[in-house]
Amino acid sequence: MSAEPQPQSPWQTATISRVEKRTPRVTSFWFQPSRPFTHLAGQHVDVRLTAPDGYQARRSYSIASAPEAGAAIELAIERLDDGEVSPFFHDVAEVGDEIELRGPLGGHFIWEVSDGGPILLVGGGSGVVPLMAMVRHRTLQRSAAPVALVFSARTWDEVIFRDELIGLDNRRDGFDLVLTLTREQARRPSDYSRRIDAHMMVQAMERLPKAPRLAYVCGSNAFVSAAAEAIIDAGVPAALIRTERYGV
Amino acid sequence: MVTRGFFSGRRPPSDTDARIPPGQYLEQGFPVLSAGPTPRLRTEDWSFTLKHGPKPIKKWNWAEFNALPQNKMTRDIHCVTAWTKFNTPWQGVLIDDILADAGIEPPTGFTLAHSFDGYSTNVPTKDLVTGKAMVALFYEGKPIAPDHGGPARLLVPHLYFWKSAKWVNGLQFTERDEPGFWELRGYHMYGDPWREQRYSSDS
Ligand SMILES: Cc1cc2nc3c(=O)[nH]c(=O)nc-3n(C[C@H](O)[C@H](O)[C@H](O)COP(=O)(O)OP(=O)(O)OC[C@H]3O[C@@H](n4cnc5c(N)ncnc54)[C@H](O)[C@@H]3O)c2cc1C
Repeated sequence: MSAEPQPQSPWQTATISRVEKRTPRVTSFWFQPSRPFTHLAGQHVDVRLTAPDGYQARRSYSIASAPEAGAAIELAIERLDDGEVSPFFHDVAEVGDEIELRGPLGGHFIWEVSDGGPILLVGGGSGVVPLMAMVRHRTLQRSAAPVALVFSARTWDEVIFRDELIGLDNRRDGFDLVLTLTREQARRPSDYSRRIDAHMMVQAMERLPKAPRLAYVCGSNAFVSAAAEAIIDAGVPAALIRTERYGV
Repeated sequence: MVTRGFFSGRRPPSDTDARIPPGQYLEQGFPVLSAGPTPRLRTEDWSFTLKHGPKPIKKWNWAEFNALPQNKMTRDIHCVTAWTKFNTPWQGVLIDDILADAGIEPPTGFTLAHSFDGYSTNVPTKDLVTGKAMVALFYEGKPIAPDHGGPARLLVPHLYFWKSAKWVNGLQFTERDEPGFWELRGYHMYGDPWREQRYSSDS
């Protein structure tokens, strides 16, 4: 036996403490970690599932809750019908279940109040999740940093966190929400019903008092590529744009 | 710890099991991950610089670099986000041939790979030489797509794929092991997929 103390496993057990359906395809799960940690807005955790024969599957999920929201972290998981891990959460996981989790992870796609603004946030589908943590962090810290969030969803009912985001938009405190629906007519006069393009980015930035210090783009790879191109075409230097790609 | 109710049918076929490092799953597509936008690179503006510390040793333009001997390598690749892709076919210039063209022996110590977008990543020099790594120019017989690092990317297939720097524009030999972009942001200094060296807290 070695005299060296074994390093503590970076994995820990978290208990699902709450489940809430957000949209037809997205459900939020709150995980209460056994070893609570503090994260930064924009970070993610890795989740690991183990079958009885030892087979494991692991995936990354962004943290939707603000760092100051308490020990339980919110993950908003979109169901992919032919996926492996997301259908498990939607069909099987329930309050009281224990799930292995590791984190917080990621040191680039993060925003803190001290980073200041203006900030341009651009999310597609579940790519809004880490941006939501930033928006909530800004609100809870009563930060005056100007933020424009451009959020692309297929339909009005698929706008994750919709009521909360519209509520924040209505406060007119420097947070501005721009929704764009790709398969439905816009419901609010200032929203759009098309895919993100450079002209939309120019108009979104006009809602900010000056050019953004940083832009954050998150979503599927195709979405991030297209949105980042549009932001560059709208005049934002590539070096100011941070991306988080959910892979496929 | 067994997860209640998790009985996935997604097990890899047993004949390929041994090729999948722990914690990885087999991916058929080719996901894209990067810290920023895909840079807009024109081969007319492309160059590749070899440096020892701050001192430049040799610089190639696109035509000169493409005139170096090229080799093919078909390898399994492993991304830290847990996907593994089998048999990816690459063609490019072995690091050995870059060093030979510069007229130098491989230095001891470490190498920082640098990219056009400011990205960097560190690798022990011995992990780049003796046929282990290349600067790849082709994937599946075609020029590498911009999202996948084209026109040229580093390929170090035996380490997690963030070490295979996209849009590479140079290698810099360093005496000390200096962390690159992701290594400064919590990722492992070496990154061996078989030892699951993902994050800095992994041994
Ligand atoms: C940093 C980061 C943060 C993320 N945050 C979030 C988040 O907040 N919310 C969220 O919902 N997602 C997030 N993701 C994506 C998430 O990690 C998973 O990729 C997603 O949940 C899909 O996993 P899955 O196991 O359900 O699907 P997978 O099994 O991984 O399949 C994904 C797709 O690939 C195809 N596929 C792959 N392999 C096979 C196979 N062998 N057979 C058949 N089809 C296959 C399927 O078509 C499927 O639709 C994040 C990813 C990253 C990298």
